[in-house]
Order: sequence, then structure tokens, then C-alpha cells
Amino acid sequence: MSGARHVWLPTALALCLAGTIAAVLSSGNASPGFALAALARGAAGSWHAFTSGTLVRATPLLFTGLGVAVAFRAGVFNIGAEGQFLTGAAAAAAASAALSSHAGALTPWLAIVAGALAGAAWASVADALRRRFEVPEVISTILLNFVAIYLVGYLVRGPLQEPTHIYPQTRTLELLARLPRMSSGTRLHWGFPLGVAIAIALAFWLSRTASGFRLRLVGANPHAARVTGRVNVGRVTTLAFLASGALAGAGGAVEVNGVTFALYENISPGYGYTAIAVALLAGLDPRWVIATAVGFGALEAGASAMQRDAGVPSVIAGIVEASIILIAIAWSARSRGDASLERGT
Amino acid sequence: MSATNSFIEAAVRTGTPLALAALGETLVERAGIINISLEGTIIAGAFGAAVGASAGQATGGYALAVVAGVLVAALFAMFTVTLRTDQVITGTALTMLALGLTGALARSVFGAHGLALTIATTGPLRPVPEGWLVLGALLHQPWPTYAVYALAPALWWWLYRTHAGLALHAIGENPAAAEAAGIAVNRHRVGAILAGGVMGGLAGATLVLAQAGTFVENMSAGRGFMAIGIVVLGRWNPLGVAGAALLFGGATALQYLFQAAGLNVRYELVLMLPYLATLAALAGVAGRSRGPATLGRRL
Repeated sequence: MSGARHVWLPTALALCLAGTIAAVLSSGNASPGFALAALARGAAGSWHAFTSGTLVRATPLLFTGLGVAVAFRAGVFNIGAEGQFLTGAAAAAAASAALSSHAGALTPWLAIVAGALAGAAWASVADALRRRFEVPEVISTILLNFVAIYLVGYLVRGPLQEPTHIYPQTRTLELLARLPRMSSGTRLHWGFPLGVAIAIALAFWLSRTASGFRLRLVGANPHAARVTGRVNVGRVTTLAFLASGALAGAGGAVEVNGVTFALYENISPGYGYTAIAVALLAGLDPRWVIATAVGFGALEAGASAMQRDAGVPSVIAGIVEASIILIAIAWSARSRGDASLERGT
Repeated sequence: MSATNSFIEAAVRTGTPLALAALGETLVERAGIINISLEGTIIAGAFGAAVGASAGQATGGYALAVVAGVLVAALFAMFTVTLRTDQVITGTALTMLALGLTGALARSVFGAHGLALTIATTGPLRPVPEGWLVLGALLHQPWPTYAVYALAPALWWWLYRTHAGLALHAIGENPAAAEAAGIAVNRHRVGAILAGGVMGGLAGATLVLAQAGTFVENMSAGRGFMAIGIVVLGRWNPLGVAGAALLFGGATALQYLFQAAGLNVRYELVLMLPYLATLAALAGVAGRSRGPATLGRRL
């Protein structure tokens, strides 16, 4: 009955967005064609651009994207990957500074553990607010993102500031505290394969284990899970929430110990929000998150190159990401058909 | 002017955009819909205000802000009501889109590294002498604040005392029953969302035209999300919501009080306060007040 509407709305929307993006592209000081060529070169113009640009940029998106996927799978709307990423980054910077003289080459890996714990702790605040006080996690996680931004701002000008107290950042990490590179001549570090391994492990957990099944069950229908499955819904959602925070926090740590080697404000250009697009486009499947993270990494690395070479503002990547989410949900609404039948309780 | 007086004045001034946005969101949530893209609506309104004001004075600014806000709200309505998409994901994506678009457009309209844009602001009205303590502080405000004073009781009356307002209630509680009672459910939903867009756009305009006098990327700074918290805090009642918003203005204005008192508090910690206050207030209130029964559920 309403089939036609469901086809042309997403299409019209896609056309509008394409027009807007074309307008932004031509706002630079070069032709749109040149700008797009700069984007392609920056993303995959060479092996170096692909590994040191795209894959390095994909790594934080992989971790945060996995975090969002796990939470959404359990029906937990964790919009707080950004804050969990930032607290993870802060904890990793602090742990690296404290540990590097004792732990040696283990330091970066311990820093990732510290980051994961901090991310989980940050998520646990929203989880506790949800469990004890029925505060919707959508609102609390977003608010905690802002708190985390100011917390990082405070840390890098206060307790964690570098010794000369000139720059708002932490002291640059010692060589021992940095994640090793995968080969010389590339910026790609071992954080990326770690993320891939975690994605595969998560996919196995979700599809092949009892606790993974319970998580999916709770996400699909918490009421049914409680009544028929004898599942402790509260415990499962808490587990998903903490795992989600831990993944995002580990992402922050990997970024500090693998790429930036210091904590500073604006260390995340919105990875936690892009992560939502990464996870949704992957259909919340951890294996597909690897692919979408690399895709969005290419987009962002390309957009940076485009800003450098063609003067097109790199925020265009954010516009494209938001458009992809909108088109994806409009498209799935189209294929869902009559939604009123599956509204659930 | 005394420190208390200037504190109250600052609290009301910073609370005004929050109140406008939250009053609009109250209508939307009464219809059972949670509109996270309120943040995007506010930044769109702020950008529209900046463009409109540089072309056609403050009036043009407010007008274009409303248009921009309604545009974002219309997109939200199209997705969530017509296509029945998930409200949280749609709202998050639209906020990302609005933040990115306004950022990119601001660079091409106002120049990337050009001089800081200055826009003439609408000054405060001064109906009573400054010496009139609290009343002076409450009334020494630009006109959007007066809009809040007028709209809060008007919306309360509309929601609780008119047929249309009660119809909106019914939709949020039980859309099927409302439909059966002959209420045009989707028309009310879209109307509420668009009204929320008008209010969100005005909130953005207030930031630019009555406060900052300029447009900065991401200047909405989470006010849309705070406003959603404020709606819960005000228990979906326009009077409570307006009161809660002014309370939040107070949390933000604390920094002026700290400065006046000569306290040396790190400004990052002060800037955290409104967000922490929202969280604390939600923890105190959320479980004990019941919102519209179908709030946030996919249509």
C-alpha cells in the first residue's frame, strides 16, 4: 500500500544529500573532481596511504564500533563510546607514565588493560544510573561524554600535564610504552590486528556461546527473555554495557599508545559517534564491523587529505557518515514493510 | 548591581535557550516521541540565526532560525513517523548531520579563518528600574525570556485544559486507543515534532542573537541533550520544565558567582557542573515520575 513511498523517500533523501555534499566539495579552492581524487589518494593511493592512513584511522573506529555493536545487540543504547574512549585514553596515558620504568615492553599492553577498565568504569556510571534510578542510558551516556571531554581538559592542564607546564597535553610516551609498529616505514601498529582478533572473538561469543545467545535474546525481546528464558535481564544488560565501555576504552588506550603517544584535548574527532555509523552499517555483526571500520577509516583518512590538498573542510566526513546512517535506516524501514506487526511490547 | 542579582540575571539568561528547547521537547514527548535531534535543531537554529541576522537584522535571524529548526524537525518526523525508524538512532544521526553541515557551511559562508563574526544582539528589555532586586533581574532580559514566561503557562493550559492537548496525552499513553477515539494520531505527532522544531530553532537563535553575538561550530554544546534531561526533571509539565530549565541556568551561571567570590576553581570543572547536575537531578527524579507510556517506542 505504502510501498512506493518507502522507495522514493530514501532515494530522494540520498539525492538531496548527494547535492549537499557536492556543494560542500565545490566550496574548496579546487574542483570537485580534484577534491575527490585527493580523497581517493589519501585513502588508498598507495600501500603507505592505506596502512598508515586508512588502517591507522580505522583502528579506533574498530574498537568503538565493536563497543557500540555489543551494546546495541543487547538493546543497550550506549551513545557514550566517545566518553568511554576518552577516559580509556586518559587512563592509558596515566598508566603508561606510571608503569614504563617497571613493566618494560609490557607497558603498552598493560595500558590497554587500564584503558579498558577505565572505559568500563565510565560505562558503569550510566549502567548504575539506569539500574538503580531508571535514568535512560541514552541521555546519561551523552551527558557523560561532555563530562569526559572536560575531565580530559582538566587532566592535561592539571595533574597529568607535561613537566614544563606549557602545553595542554601529557608528556610524550617513552619508546618502551609505545605499541610496536607492524613493520618499519609504516605507522600501522599492533593495535589494529588486536582489534581484528577481538572482533572475531566477539563474533564467536555472540553466535556460539550460551551467554552470547542470552545477550542477543535480551536485545531482541527483554520481556520474552525474562519470562520464557529465565534470563537475568539486568545482569545481561550490565555485562553488555561494561563490555561495550571496555572496548571503547581499549580503543582510547590503543590510540594513545599506538598513534598520538600523548593525551590532549580533541584527541578524538568524534570516534565514538562515528562508531554508531560503523556498527549500524555492519548490521551489528562484529565481523562486518571490521569491514565498515576500514571503510570509514578510508573515508576519514581521505577527507583529511582532501582538506590538506583541496581545501575542502574535513567535516564532510561527518556529513557523509550521518547520511549513511540515515539512508541505511530508511532502507531497512523500506524492507521491513508493515512495522506495526512487529512492534513488540 | 549586587552579586546575587547578577547571578539571578545570568541564571535566567543562560536558562532561557534550555527552557525554550525543553518546552518544545515536552510537547514531542507528550506524543510518545523522544527527539534526540533536538541538539541538531538547536545548532541549525543558531546557524540560521547567524545567516539571517547578517542579511536582515535580528528579525531575519529569528525567522531563519525557526525555518532551520523546522527543517531538521521535519526530517525527524519524516523518518520516525512516516518511515517508522528508531527514534534514538534517527535523532543521533540527524544531530551528527546538523553539526557537520553547519560546521561546513559556516566555513563557506563566514570564511574559514576570517575575522570572528560579530552579530548585533537583541538587548535586554528594562521595564523596571535596576534597583528592583529580584524582579529587576528577572525582567532585565531579552525578549526570548519573556517568551518563556508566557509560553510555560500557556502550554500548561493547552496541554491540560484543551481538547487538542489531551489528545496529545492520549497518543503518548495509548496510540491505538487514541486512534480508535477518532484522533488523527500521526497528524498530532508531526505537529508536535514541528512545534518542537520551532522552539529548538528559537533556542538556537537565542544563543546567537541574545547571548554570544556570533556563530561558532558546535556552539550548542549539548544543550539539546540537557533539555531532554530537563523535560524528565520537570515531569513533562511545562511549568515544571520551565522551572527546571532556569535552575539549570543557575548551575551554569555558578561560574560567575565563583568569579565574583574570588574562588579559584578550575574552569573545566565548573563547565562540567551543568552536565553533572543534570545527571544528579535525573537520578533523583527519573524513577519516581512516570513519563508517557509509549515514550521512545518505535511507531
